Amino acid sequence: MADLTTSFVGIKSPNPFWLASAPPTDKEYNVQRAFEAGWGGAVWKTVGEDPPIVNVNGPRYAALLSQDRRVIGFNNIELISDRPLKVNLDEMRRVKRNWPDRAIVASLMVPCTEKDWRAILAKVEDTGCDGVELNFGCPHGMSERGMGSAVGQVPEYIEMVAAWCKQHTKLPVIVKLTPNITDIRQPARAAKKGGADAVSLINTISSIMGVDLDRMTMYPATDGRGSHGGYCGEAVKPIALNMVGEIARDKETRGLPISGIGGIKTWRDAAEFIALGAGNVQVCTAAMVYGFKIIKDMTDGLANFMDEKGYGTIADFHGKAVPTVADWQELNLNYVEKAVINQDLCIQCGRCHVVCEDTSHQAIFATQNGKRHFEVNDAECVGCNLCTSICPVTDCITMRVLKPGEIDARTGKPVPAGYGNWTTHPNNPMSKPA
Amino acid sequence: MDDKKGDGIRAGRLSPEQYAANFGDSHAPLNRVQALIEADRCYYCYDAPCINACPTGIDIPTFIQRIAQDNVRGAAKAILEENVLGGMCARVCPTEVLCEQACVRNTNEDKPVEIGLLQRYATDGYFAKPGAPLFTRAPSSGKRAAVVGAGPAGLAFAHRLAMLGHDVLMFDANPKAGGLNEYGIATYKTVGGFAQKEIDWLLSIGGIEVRCNQQLGRDFVLDDLVRDYGAVFLGMGLAGVNALGVAEPQAAGLRDAVRFIAELRQARDYSKVPIGRKVVVIGGGMTAVDAAVQSKKLGAEDVTIVYRRGEEAMSASDYEQDWAKRNGVTIKHWAAPKEVLAEGGQVRGMRFAYTRAENGKLVETGESFTLPADIVFKAIGQAFVAAPAGAGIALKDGRIVTDGEGRTSLAKVWAGGDCTYGGRDLTVEAVEHGKRAAISADRMLRS
Repeated sequence: MADLTTSFVGIKSPNPFWLASAPPTDKEYNVQRAFEAGWGGAVWKTVGEDPPIVNVNGPRYAALLSQDRRVIGFNNIELISDRPLKVNLDEMRRVKRNWPDRAIVASLMVPCTEKDWRAILAKVEDTGCDGVELNFGCPHGMSERGMGSAVGQVPEYIEMVAAWCKQHTKLPVIVKLTPNITDIRQPARAAKKGGADAVSLINTISSIMGVDLDRMTMYPATDGRGSHGGYCGEAVKPIALNMVGEIARDKETRGLPISGIGGIKTWRDAAEFIALGAGNVQVCTAAMVYGFKIIKDMTDGLANFMDEKGYGTIADFHGKAVPTVADWQELNLNYVEKAVINQDLCIQCGRCHVVCEDTSHQAIFATQNGKRHFEVNDAECVGCNLCTSICPVTDCITMRVLKPGEIDARTGKPVPAGYGNWTTHPNNPMSKPA
Repeated sequence: MDDKKGDGIRAGRLSPEQYAANFGDSHAPLNRVQALIEADRCYYCYDAPCINACPTGIDIPTFIQRIAQDNVRGAAKAILEENVLGGMCARVCPTEVLCEQACVRNTNEDKPVEIGLLQRYATDGYFAKPGAPLFTRAPSSGKRAAVVGAGPAGLAFAHRLAMLGHDVLMFDANPKAGGLNEYGIATYKTVGGFAQKEIDWLLSIGGIEVRCNQQLGRDFVLDDLVRDYGAVFLGMGLAGVNALGVAEPQAAGLRDAVRFIAELRQARDYSKVPIGRKVVVIGGGMTAVDAAVQSKKLGAEDVTIVYRRGEEAMSASDYEQDWAKRNGVTIKHWAAPKEVLAEGGQVRGMRFAYTRAENGKLVETGESFTLPADIVFKAIGQAFVAAPAGAGIALKDGRIVTDGEGRTSLAKVWAGGDCTYGGRDLTVEAVEHGKRAAISADRMLRS
């Protein structure tokens, strides 16, 4: 049986699933229920200085829904904890004492001055919690006051605050990054330079969920006006995976522990984050959509996956896919794939044909001998994977790899053996001899 | 209770609650949630097979996509511009052998998109809140057309011609327009007076005058129409009922199923409609099923459909046969009517000969059986009554011959619906006949 225990920057937890700093970890009651359900840890909802902030009393959340109202994406405008600091710290202390095997990490957000950070760190450390996470990510509300993503968007501030924190606490320091930035490597590098023990990402993405076309107001709105929120849920997973992968493979940050966050809803999502370099994962939206019980399905699925693949521990596949993430210019341009339609599985919907015809390479025939029949035209197929992506039937369209020496019907030439990328390609004016 | 269960033909066998339940909507319409989820199942196929399977060629993926986008009016327009009686067709089309049979979802799931129910969702939604007219008339051509028979074919012809700018006069032998939509469809398929509401909407385009209780050959003749109108459309349906082929004594309880169905449709109080305790229906089509099921719903205790061949040869679809069985109707195959048993002017039963197929031919085995019955319904098909149309019009197997555009052998005369040769006698086919003939007639009227 797979061992799911993890030690992330020295913080131990029975499984790699922590609840992210968010409404589900707002108070003792919630975290208690989460731990009873089996969550490995919780990053307590961000605390700040007193007096506590206030939240709006209208809609704080909104969802992007599928036709049958499954949540695809989720948006919130809730600020950090609106309860007094002492209440939060007392509860944190109690929960940690009651659940010594679970990870409790305090998420912090105070103004950008050393004395403020120093003051709160001392109070937090006293609770017996396992670490701190610096909230440099929230894109809404707090950023207007110079906190959250307003800090996370300036690498120099990240480095500075991380350094203060490392100086003023013995606890591991995790820096939570905002994705609302052009190059995620810059803040990650800054965190590392400042001495942070780890980064966690992604925080939410600035978002407006929609427009109420009857009232002509943005949605969600508070008394007729809205403010952008932070977007999360399964829709953001690809964005998060890319950012995790970029940090994992960056020369300057390679080896920096990463807590992966962003749209993790299933064991499979978690395994993907771990394979791309995350040491553990944090979850919020899935819990807010289904409740805490879903942790059981995540751990069960992950353990079965690991057993099936022969991974004894999380470390056995941690970062295993990172070497496969490359720059485009490193891709092998000699490699050729062609789409293949399995006629036994084809249900004749014809979508592959029309999308290829309308929007791609006119490489799928719609008829054969005058009858409805969908077949790839190898002479036009560039292997783009559009048909495979939109086919409603699993495994009906697959990609076939042409062997070196095999004639590519599109070019009329044999597929070259060996590796050849853009840097050496004759069409590249900057090409260097191989 | 005993009285209500009593032998013979009598009304009021059920409680008012039972009548209300039995003659309510047989299939609940989709609510918005169900419609949105179902619409999401449509793959939006390229050159969608369902479109080709629809006799009227409705762009089904388009109307379903519009439902999914919460655009019910747009969905209704996509339906009604190809099939102006799309509301009724959503209720009566045997979708399991038409659009839904062609749905590509059948391949992997054996569960097609519920196209019929989605069509009903769109059309019901539109009719509930029609707003501005979906269709308007082209500038007047000054030309006039006449239509004989205000059934689905005639109505589709009239609507299309009116839209194209011509004026139309319709005649119908019955007191109400609608043809089989009004007189021939089981009550529980079209509750709430839907047929007349749909016709009212159809006629609201303007330019169409309907004259009821006007019968061809009795009140007017074809030659006069041809003389006075630019185009004439014949859509009289099938006025005759096939005979059993055995002696039919004058006895209470020996009845035409189509008359029973029509009377029931016009009934205001089902508790006043008499039915037998034991009912036998002879035939294998939708009429047989509708008569049998409605007999059950009126409180008949034993209802048996007897068909001379096997299940697969019945023209009622599998779905209709299942529907009959679910309603407690017994279907007996391989038996042909031999003798109506009557006593004192009242049907007492029916004797049948067992049959079997021999080299494709139906033969009697020599054995027979008797079913007791208070009522025997004849549902072995209807026939076109050709005489009123005159001897000049070409027929095949007793029905009017038409070409691809619906033209008959007579100049300026088109025909469509059940009175024409070929097809499956479906409402949706009749609508297509009318539509196609109107496009053809318009071309001629303008030339």
